[in-house]
Amino acid sequence: MDWQTLWFWLLGVLLAGYAILDGFDLGVAMLHFVGRDDKERRLILNSVGPLWDGNEVWLVTFGGALFAAFPEAYATAFSGFYLAFMLLLYCLIFRAISIEFRGKVKSANWRRIWDVGFCVSSSLAALLFGVAIGAAMTGVPLSQRGVFVGNFFHQISPYALTVGAMTMALLAMHGANYLYLKTEGELQARFKPWRWRTFFVFLALFLVVSVWTLATIDRATQNLKEYPWGWVVVVLNVLAIFNLPRGLYHKKPITAFVSSSCMIAAFVFLFGFTLWPNLVTSNPNPEHSLTIYNSSSSIGTLKLMTLVAVIGAPFILSYTAIMYWTFRGKVELDEHSY
Amino acid sequence: MDVLLLSRLQFALTIMFHYLFPPLTIGLGVVLVFLQAQWLWTKQEIYHNAARFWTRIFGLNFALGVVTGIVMEFEFGTNWAVYSRYVGDVFGSALAAEGIFAFFLESGFLAILLFGWNRVGPKMHFFATLMVCLGGIFSSIWIVVANSWQQTPAGFEIREHMVNGIAFPRAEITDFWAMVFNPSTIDRLIHVWLGAFILGAFFVMSISAWYLLKGRHLEFAKRSFTGALLLATVSSLAQLVSGHFQADSVAEHQPAKLAAFEGHFETSADATAYIFGWPDQEAREVKYGVGVPGLLSVLVGFDPDYVVQGLDDLEEDYGEPPVWLAFQAYHIMIAIGMMFIGSTLTASFFWWRGTLFEQRWLLWYFVFAVLPAFVANEAGWVAAEVGRQPWIVYPTIINGEVTGGLRTSEALSEAVKAEHVLTSIIGFGLIYSLLFVLWIFLLNRKIQHGPDPLGETKLETADLRDVASGRVDHAKSLTQDIKEPENNPDSPSTTQE
Repeated sequence: MDWQTLWFWLLGVLLAGYAILDGFDLGVAMLHFVGRDDKERRLILNSVGPLWDGNEVWLVTFGGALFAAFPEAYATAFSGFYLAFMLLLYCLIFRAISIEFRGKVKSANWRRIWDVGFCVSSSLAALLFGVAIGAAMTGVPLSQRGVFVGNFFHQISPYALTVGAMTMALLAMHGANYLYLKTEGELQARFKPWRWRTFFVFLALFLVVSVWTLATIDRATQNLKEYPWGWVVVVLNVLAIFNLPRGLYHKKPITAFVSSSCMIAAFVFLFGFTLWPNLVTSNPNPEHSLTIYNSSSSIGTLKLMTLVAVIGAPFILSYTAIMYWTFRGKVELDEHSY
Repeated sequence: MDVLLLSRLQFALTIMFHYLFPPLTIGLGVVLVFLQAQWLWTKQEIYHNAARFWTRIFGLNFALGVVTGIVMEFEFGTNWAVYSRYVGDVFGSALAAEGIFAFFLESGFLAILLFGWNRVGPKMHFFATLMVCLGGIFSSIWIVVANSWQQTPAGFEIREHMVNGIAFPRAEITDFWAMVFNPSTIDRLIHVWLGAFILGAFFVMSISAWYLLKGRHLEFAKRSFTGALLLATVSSLAQLVSGHFQADSVAEHQPAKLAAFEGHFETSADATAYIFGWPDQEAREVKYGVGVPGLLSVLVGFDPDYVVQGLDDLEEDYGEPPVWLAFQAYHIMIAIGMMFIGSTLTASFFWWRGTLFEQRWLLWYFVFAVLPAFVANEAGWVAAEVGRQPWIVYPTIINGEVTGGLRTSEALSEAVKAEHVLTSIIGFGLIYSLLFVLWIFLLNRKIQHGPDPLGETKLETADLRDVASGRVDHAKSLTQDIKEPENNPDSPSTTQE
């Protein structure tokens, strides 16, 4: 394995870590209005209160690592998808301040505004992530130099929007399973049907996206032919998808949550597997694509970054473990909650 | 409007807004560690209470620092794609290191600092506070490393990189430690930290002075004020020394920037250091300037006959930075720094005499002095970044030959159009204005609420108690003469610390 491949994998790990962890708090926000009164919504918000900031660091680090390891891909993607990224930034800002500001003033109107801000900005962020993945799957027009030369409509194709909708459903389902674990009593009972509803919406969209992908994107199957072991992940993904309703039916909420986490990991993997060895695929001129080789930093820097990652990883895992351990168990309100 | 101007405006707007928060949280972080350590050590509840109060303020500022910080990371790619391609190998790795070594540490323990009061023991809570403080400091290290490399690049080589058959030059790391400890890193880091400590200390003094003037939370306010005064006095004095080393480093490595700072248009001995002035770049002179002739030569070369290069000699190689802006930002920063040295020494004198809290005029000064502290930090940033223009990555000049470097005008994204940037600036303008108003509003509420009164706190009674304590404090402020308690010789603020 060469250094570029290693970093392609490591970026995949960061992206999967982000999607699983921030995935549930985006999903929680989408289901925010399942809570009927202020106390229920506070409980929902506080189920992710101490954790969302740490979860978002995975995205920040993913961005930094992409910049460092594959500066060409970082520059092309971020400048090419300019308006989408700006919109995403606005969403992330609004989400953060909604969480932060909601509980600061005791006024029903004030809280309602931030409730809406929390729900809408998180939903839109999830949609944008999905749209970005969809656009990356189909590819976008690049010049020979690897610079985006398309327009706004190359980024929001109907396919990309459908992938975006599927992402929203997937994360909402993930969030519902998380909330079921973190709440109790009446509120918990309210999430029970939502776990099924989000699952069926997701399942429907998943089937549509799968057929659409297989029918229109050649790259999707190309790597599976070349590296047949990729089928293992496809099968595991399908198993996880069926394991989730099994967990729900047998009243094993942890199984359900683990299944949705595994699904997200499998989707990130399959996304990377389809792209490989490209980072930004050029469509219609595939020879203009930015691959992991023509877009990477120097080997020296990749080695250096690997050392940084090796030193940093045990620390990151221990902070994460300490944080999740400290805030384990059902969510409760106290004077220090939001 | 052109993309270059708009992108520069957007970057300036977003980073200056962002830079309100990190220095403040770094400074406040030190205060929190101090208070928590005092609480562990002395077990006096007043420290616990103070730590809780400042932690609430810290949390609000920290959240705003985080959300506005993500914007900065995105903007390198969105608006400055050519720059990102050119420096990704070097700059990107510092940014990634910041994520791995600082952000995870900060965010993990921030959760425990803010929400873990009842979930972990006091020692673990202190540890979490220490880690959050350390995380902020680590973060500043990497970001200053990355920025310093742009100012005084080192440990790299310009090499050709091929993308689909098209070659382009870019900077690649050849020596990691030389890149990290480039000629300006250490000086700039110390300068940035001291700026952060000063801001944090003035912020604490501002709120404490206001409580003292209003006769509220007196014990708390006195201890906070005197602790912060100590930090501010030491940091302000140290900043003078740091600023001198900083200017020396600029003179050596970025002579055109120094010339811009001082409006030094023509190479000469006996060069003037201005106290203030109005540089006119077209007329190539400083109008209405009041300065000390020869002082600049003395500061740079320890000799009034030392020849300081002017922009006339430098502009051929370096180009000409926007002198007016760099000059004013630099001089505002220095003027505020001098004012702080004077005012903190004055306050320390009155403290030593035991009459500090009787000087209402001085307390009123400290209520407002936090604003110039913000301005000084921002002005420092403006001076550093504008002085570097027209370069985004400063060139190295060896024997009169310009090597490396990247001009700001050539660093833009090719794929981005002016209307995109204009749209996003309007978006940021609206959102940041809203954030600013909410920030002030919520900060004011927290300050009005004040620290919890001493005694056990419970959730059920919290609301009632807040109302009650507010009334008591209000009543006190109406009836009690502020000067009375300060003369008490048992007052810890005059005997301790």
